[in-house]
Amino acid sequence: MEVTSDLKLTALTSVHQNLGAKMVPFAGYLMPVQYSGLIDEHNTVRQALGVFDVSHMGEFLVSGPGSLELIQYVTSNDAAKLVNGKVQYSCLPNDNGGIVDDLLVYRINEELYLLVVNASNIEKDWNWINSKNTFGAKLEDHSERTSLLAVQGPKALQAMQKLTSMDLLSMEYYTFQMGTFAGIENVIVSTTGYTGAGGCEIYFPNERAEEMWNAVMSAGAEFGIKPIGLGARDTLRLEMGFCLYGNDIDDTTSPIEAGLGWITKFTKNFVNSEAIKAQKDNGVTRKLVGFELLDKGIPRHGYEVVDATMNPIGVVTSGTQSPSLNKPIGMAYVPTALAKPGSEILINIRGKALKAVVTAIPFYKV
Amino acid sequence: MNFPAELKYTKDHEWVSINGDIATIGITEFAQSELGDIVFVEIETQGQTLGAHEIFGTVEAVKTVSDLFMPIAGEVIEVNAGLADDPASVNTDPYGAGWMIKVKITPGADMSQLLDAAAYQSLL
Repeated sequence: MEVTSDLKLTALTSVHQNLGAKMVPFAGYLMPVQYSGLIDEHNTVRQALGVFDVSHMGEFLVSGPGSLELIQYVTSNDAAKLVNGKVQYSCLPNDNGGIVDDLLVYRINEELYLLVVNASNIEKDWNWINSKNTFGAKLEDHSERTSLLAVQGPKALQAMQKLTSMDLLSMEYYTFQMGTFAGIENVIVSTTGYTGAGGCEIYFPNERAEEMWNAVMSAGAEFGIKPIGLGARDTLRLEMGFCLYGNDIDDTTSPIEAGLGWITKFTKNFVNSEAIKAQKDNGVTRKLVGFELLDKGIPRHGYEVVDATMNPIGVVTSGTQSPSLNKPIGMAYVPTALAKPGSEILINIRGKALKAVVTAIPFYKV
Repeated sequence: MNFPAELKYTKDHEWVSINGDIATIGITEFAQSELGDIVFVEIETQGQTLGAHEIFGTVEAVKTVSDLFMPIAGEVIEVNAGLADDPASVNTDPYGAGWMIKVKITPGADMSQLLDAAAYQSLL
């Protein structure tokens, strides 16, 4: 069995254990991977709503003069386009053409921003952003004291509306509000998520975690809310073609290769922007694509994309049996010539070259 | 969890039901619960004679893939055809509808590694 003693806990670990969740180490945390069963949890989110404890995610506050300048320099998207209450998906390019992390940027006001980063990268991101802070911005790491619940699904906002006087139902995608939620003050609610199923994410202090969990579960009860583990979080995000850091993007993949050109804006100078612009102008040799496996099998992270003579020409970065579509899907880096939807590729699964076809993402259309 | 007393078990979480020189083989309730929702069982060794601990197939869950190991030496004489349409029967009925292969046991095959239900449970 895994040694769990060095793992960090969230404020809700005992809640998950009491619910009978299967707990696994993930990004240094002991996290629930499954409760009732992955497919059941997946379908619950697609059809109704579910709640994920994603308190392992990192939260940094950037404040004071120089905040926007720092964010503009370390991130690829154009944070100057943000207005108060707006969220932006972005990434932190490194100096070598790769990606330090992908993240969300929340503009609270013109001199106060919240950055939400991946749990596995909290320390790396913290050191990286601080090393680039020649702008005098103030940085605070709130990760250890902040809990985060993602309530996702077509019924999520309707259910959560019962817990607050903030108007959730009229919120646009990728916006947020701050206010009282389930009787807890200074809660941030954003219409964000990692499932493509709609819903919101809720940030609040650890001390109120059980209270918030119970309120969310009660409000969702009439709609059939269930707790959802990281297993279904992965299948849900993959059906949408959302990148997972460490699988699909990492320190060696460029935003252009990864299909993240849409969050890479050359209207400003940022870390490594000249080299990334050259990639955009001159083209890249490989691209991240979605694919469906046509033969029987399931693609997995690390499997080779091969040519007809079994020479590796690319790599699978994510793969699963899609619970919503009931077919095997994945993402892979392939040579640019094979990146167009409809291109036929081969995946080496246990020594056999299985047929697959490059497919436009999202795989699952809401 | 259920570990029927009439079956034998392996450290690799397979169960074996021996009837004369024929062994029926599947994975245990613990194994299916660790794998989660099973979506594909691939067994392409029908007709092959394999040694103990050799791989006779793979089982694919949504989240992970795992090899299947021969508990004892023998010839794979039958594969459960029902798994093609209903791989989830390994989850719902691991000792019944979810059986995987039937093996003609090689004469003199070593069965000393097989565990009884109590010895298997003590490993979990």
